[in-house]
Amino acid sequence: MNDPLRLYEVALSSRLLLGTARYPSPAILTESIRAAGCEIVTVSLRREAGGARAGEAFWSLVRDIGVRVLPNTAGCRTAKEAIATAQMAREVFATDWIKLEVIGEEDTLQPDVFGLVEAARALADDGFEVFPYTTDDLVVAERLLEAGCRALMPWAAPIGSGRGVNNLFALRALRAHFPDTPLIVDAGIGAPSHAALVMETGYDAVLLNTAVSRADDPVGMARAFALAVEAGRAGFLAGPMTPRDMAEPSTPVIGRPFDRLA
Amino acid sequence: MHIQAPAVLARVIGAGVAGLCAAYALARRGVDVEIVERERASGLGCSRFAGGMIAPWCELESAEPLVATLGEEALDFWSREIGVATRAGSLVVAPRRERVELSDFARRTSHFEALDGEGIAALEPDLAGRFEAGLFFPHEAHLDPRAAMVVLTERLAQMPNVVFRFEQEEAGLAPLPDWTIDCRGLAARDALAGLRGVKGEMLILRSEEISFTRPVRMLHPRRPVYVVPRGDGLFMVGATMIENEERARVTARSVVELINSAFAVHPAFAEAEIVETGSDLRPAFADNLPRLLKRDRTLYINGLYRHGFLLAPALARRAVEVVVNDGYFPEVMDAHSNQRATAGRPRHHVANAAAGTGV
Repeated sequence: MNDPLRLYEVALSSRLLLGTARYPSPAILTESIRAAGCEIVTVSLRREAGGARAGEAFWSLVRDIGVRVLPNTAGCRTAKEAIATAQMAREVFATDWIKLEVIGEEDTLQPDVFGLVEAARALADDGFEVFPYTTDDLVVAERLLEAGCRALMPWAAPIGSGRGVNNLFALRALRAHFPDTPLIVDAGIGAPSHAALVMETGYDAVLLNTAVSRADDPVGMARAFALAVEAGRAGFLAGPMTPRDMAEPSTPVIGRPFDRLA
Repeated sequence: MHIQAPAVLARVIGAGVAGLCAAYALARRGVDVEIVERERASGLGCSRFAGGMIAPWCELESAEPLVATLGEEALDFWSREIGVATRAGSLVVAPRRERVELSDFARRTSHFEALDGEGIAALEPDLAGRFEAGLFFPHEAHLDPRAAMVVLTERLAQMPNVVFRFEQEEAGLAPLPDWTIDCRGLAARDALAGLRGVKGEMLILRSEEISFTRPVRMLHPRRPVYVVPRGDGLFMVGATMIENEERARVTARSVVELINSAFAVHPAFAEAEIVETGSDLRPAFADNLPRLLKRDRTLYINGLYRHGFLLAPALARRAVEVVVNDGYFPEVMDAHSNQRATAGRPRHHVANAAAGTGV
């Protein structure tokens, strides 16, 4: 691997992570994951939880794909709920990784950053490797790192909105302040161009779900996102030129341009 | 002199919608049919919690085109042959903020008319002023699953070549049949690898304040809902879709979500009586498509997922052709048939190209 992504000491070659919800069928989910070439998928436990291992049939379908599972605490509304879900996820998937979601607002699914920091601290102390789903707020990001997180997942826009990057300035500021922390944009990505922009900005990876699962052709869209993420990353590494403002006068010239003389 | 061929005996295991339709189709073709059901009556499995929407084109929103192609065959079966379905179409609406869901739905489906608020009110006066845009699928139908299975059972019971054996397990029954038609749903996972259960929860509400003529689907990115009128002020509200095999437990969260969504369709549902809550598992394969699998002299009809009433008639017709004429139908008998999987191709293009093929 030339340019590996390192998350909690694990080196990965793909910088695209996919969620597993709302696909037309598990078969299309499987094909989409393969088309994306992704190595990490998130699986939500809470809705599927119910009694002991009732979601086993679906989980084993996901496990059989052979990619690393990042369980998430989607839908949890308190730190306590999220911690309990994380502990169950550790048992079910035999991993210390947890994507931590603590939802503060039902409609926009905006993170409750206070509960998030509280849960992140408790889980990190308990040996979890936490991937917190957070806003683009710098101070919250700082608190999450203090709590023991070694990766951050800021949103681009609300979950499922497909609006792309709502606040590029904030994402750039996060990148500048935490140059050595893996930053994964999670939520709000709708089109491949959004993913490319995030990667060009220097983000380490992109996590998305709805943009693929609800496309007319999820498998085709998964492929498109893989290309966009790769292009964005390559563009970032190659160092994009700085745009010029041609609307400002350049060095003054006398009379007509020289090309008239040729 | 008329020489009669020796009768073929088919044993149908399971008297849900798949088994009843298979038994009916076989019996109508002169096959002797024995229906074996472990419960005390027919229709006590997951079929009884079905929505009963015969909506082949609406289902294209998330289903493969094959579901619509097979499902079209169900319209005449339930409305003409059995006479239990109402052909009043389906209405699809979305809350104002989620109107983009309507355009996504329209792009993936076919056989509909776009409606404005007045058009919606003309169809369903109780929805006047509630939604600004909708889609009307005029050729679709709906039925009451429990009533439909009672009628089908009565029809079968009147046929001289049909025997019901309730509270019976298959093992040890004599004589050996020529064919076994296994319609056990999720119970057949002992024989069918890859069969999984997808949990669904539903409510039946009673409200005298609302009257609908046809199913109303409300689109929402997280909490879509359908409300199917069942007559006598009863409405079926469904249904959750959870990748979970925990049978028969309706969670408080699901009830709240379903009622919230019904309330968004019409606020009077807040005052409705909760008549019933129900939960069961839909049997599905990984591609959520149905299978008609032949192993020696056993036919498995399974994987009907959320489309039991929509798909059972088409699968039954194909099962009869297999039994009587050694028929072969790759779209349901070969899991790798290219007529099945459309993943990797734009689904709306495929959907628009799909026409009914019939048997």
